[in-house]
Amino acid sequence: MTAVFNLEHAPTWPERLKDAAWIAFVALLLGIPMIGLVTVDEGGKLVLQTRWPLLAVFVALSFAGRLLLAYLGDLWKRRRRTAETALPGVRAARGWTGVLGWAMIGLAAALPLAFGDNRYVIDTLTTVLIYVMLGWGLNVVVGLAGLLDLGYVAFYAVGAYTYALLATHFGWGFWEALPVAGAAAALFGILLGWPTLRLRGDYLAIVTLGFGEIIRLVLVNWTDLTGGPNGIASIPRPSFFGLPFKPPTDDGPATFAQFFGLEYSPHHRLIFLYYLILVLALLTNLFVLRLRKLPIGRAWEAMREDEIACKALGINVTNVKLSAFALGAMLGGLAGVFFAARQGFISPESFVFTESAIILAIVVLGGMGSQFGVVLAALVLVLLPELGRNFAEYRMLLFGAAMILIMIWKPGGLLAHRAPTLRAPVAAKETA
Amino acid sequence: MANALQQLINGLTLGAVYGLIAIGYTMVYGIIGMINFAHGDIYMVSAFIAVTAFTILAAADITSIPLALTLVLLVSMLFTAAYGWSVERIAYRPLRGSTRLAPLISAIGMSIFLQNMVQVTQGARVKPIPPVIEGGFDLWHADGFTVHLAYSQLLIVVVTVALMAGFTWLITRTSFGRQQRACEQDRTMTALLGIDVDRTISLTFMLGAVLAAVAGVMVTVYYGVIDFYIGFVAGIKAFTAAVLGGVGSLPGAMLGGLLIGLIESFWAAYLSPEYKDVATFAILILVLMFRPSGLLGRPEVEKV
Repeated sequence: MTAVFNLEHAPTWPERLKDAAWIAFVALLLGIPMIGLVTVDEGGKLVLQTRWPLLAVFVALSFAGRLLLAYLGDLWKRRRRTAETALPGVRAARGWTGVLGWAMIGLAAALPLAFGDNRYVIDTLTTVLIYVMLGWGLNVVVGLAGLLDLGYVAFYAVGAYTYALLATHFGWGFWEALPVAGAAAALFGILLGWPTLRLRGDYLAIVTLGFGEIIRLVLVNWTDLTGGPNGIASIPRPSFFGLPFKPPTDDGPATFAQFFGLEYSPHHRLIFLYYLILVLALLTNLFVLRLRKLPIGRAWEAMREDEIACKALGINVTNVKLSAFALGAMLGGLAGVFFAARQGFISPESFVFTESAIILAIVVLGGMGSQFGVVLAALVLVLLPELGRNFAEYRMLLFGAAMILIMIWKPGGLLAHRAPTLRAPVAAKETA
Repeated sequence: MANALQQLINGLTLGAVYGLIAIGYTMVYGIIGMINFAHGDIYMVSAFIAVTAFTILAAADITSIPLALTLVLLVSMLFTAAYGWSVERIAYRPLRGSTRLAPLISAIGMSIFLQNMVQVTQGARVKPIPPVIEGGFDLWHADGFTVHLAYSQLLIVVVTVALMAGFTWLITRTSFGRQQRACEQDRTMTALLGIDVDRTISLTFMLGAVLAAVAGVMVTVYYGVIDFYIGFVAGIKAFTAAVLGGVGSLPGAMLGGLLIGLIESFWAAYLSPEYKDVATFAILILVLMFRPSGLLGRPEVEKV
């Protein structure tokens, strides 16, 4: 809109300096109450402290950063103008993501062989894979069906609590509980989907957020069933087809290590869990990829692009939306079962809104609808804070900043891949 | 009966605060068609600014309550407006004209950023301040129960009413108000008429932030204790208020705020305090199901 009036005109240096000075002034305003001044609790009374040098550094950095950014922006614009004639490489992208995808699966399968006795590496990678699976599940709702869900963690919680309750009260095993928990989560997905059928965009986002909070508040307050804020502890761990991962005993049933004649090691279970989530995630991926080729998957993508056109074509939008919610929720529930089994302890703490935001960020930053992008984004978002463990309190700060910056840099996500799975040749030019 | 009257007073106080925040949502939604996800955190930031300002005033030995309140309000409004401006400039403007999801994600990122920034710079512990306004009226004694109207509650309602009057004047009678409403209707056309749309949007964010700042100061005075997490729940509730009243409608936002405040107070008093937030969210879902345009809003018609 503003482009109509902004005649191309490279700003001169005095203009640049003025602009940077203005930014520095705003930085000063922002910084005074937060960085410059701080209230410290001293014996129940707040006392004021100042941090002027830090504020000066912040303002100076803003000034210099603004100038540098403007300069880099110029360079980038000039380069883009020359590169604009080149054809967009959308088609080419699909080829290398395929190869890379297989390479990554191979790498993921081989990793425990190399790092088998490094507990930290396996644990972190398991976390990454949980987020990959959640991302792929949410991708059905957000990426394919275009329904913005900010309460996805609710389904994750439903799955986790279903397994935890079934296991602790009725002694169900991991494998028996898995389908039941998935079904329960799917039911909740429909429960959420039903009232929100008429909503779209931001309204839907807020309602799903509210739904997620309702589930969390119920988990916190329904102490009899869920244990309230204390959560549920001593959830049984999954076994290897009936062989438990325990130190061997002489009289008890055969353990995993005994059965295979191995030396007992606590790492066995970790590695097994790693492979378990890898397989679950890959099954999710396969499932979603196949769904995309079925009529229902096509309908999701069609609805994402234009809901009214969908209705005009005689697609039952109600069923399409509900199925997306139900399937997305089911996948989240399955991930939840794994989470509960892996942790052995769950509490409402694990299912706060920030988790939903992280999962959504993984989907959107990865490029909505792109299965490979989800992996990439999950790796970035889980590993980056992990690398920054030493300055733990800045983790979420950096996370928030990264979300903003990646969006500004690439609004379509790291791998912008919003193109429908199936498309007419003409449409290709428009969406690219 | 006495208890109900007390809850009415509490609910109206709470509702006035929600209404003030809700106006920020409704205005931003009106002008750019998007939820300002970081609005709740702007309100939280303003409460922290208020605590700092009160601490400074206490250290400077300014004991006159009206003077202190005015100063704190002005300071908080000024600095919070800068935050509102920055949120628009960083998280929304670069993404204008992009997909609908992109600014929402950047705004969620902004919300996470603001929360953690406050946590890192001001500390994660709750901040208590000594009560600024003490005392109140005892309105009525009945069945061993006293209906109490605190001065701070009176202050909140009075300030809110005054602010609403001024705000209505600003939107309906001034040149800026006309520009703002024109941008809401058709941004392209407004731009063609020579109105600086970017500036109007920036000012809208700043105005929303100013109202949130007033809410932040009021809450600080009322409760006397804040932490970096207050923005999230207050934000959702205020958004519910905006939806209940009808997004885009200023009187609607206020009405919605009051209703949410009343429902929350009565629910907490008569049903279960643990589930008062659940009640709010349930109302949000019910309103969107049965009356998506809200109480005072115009139904949205989608043209193909």
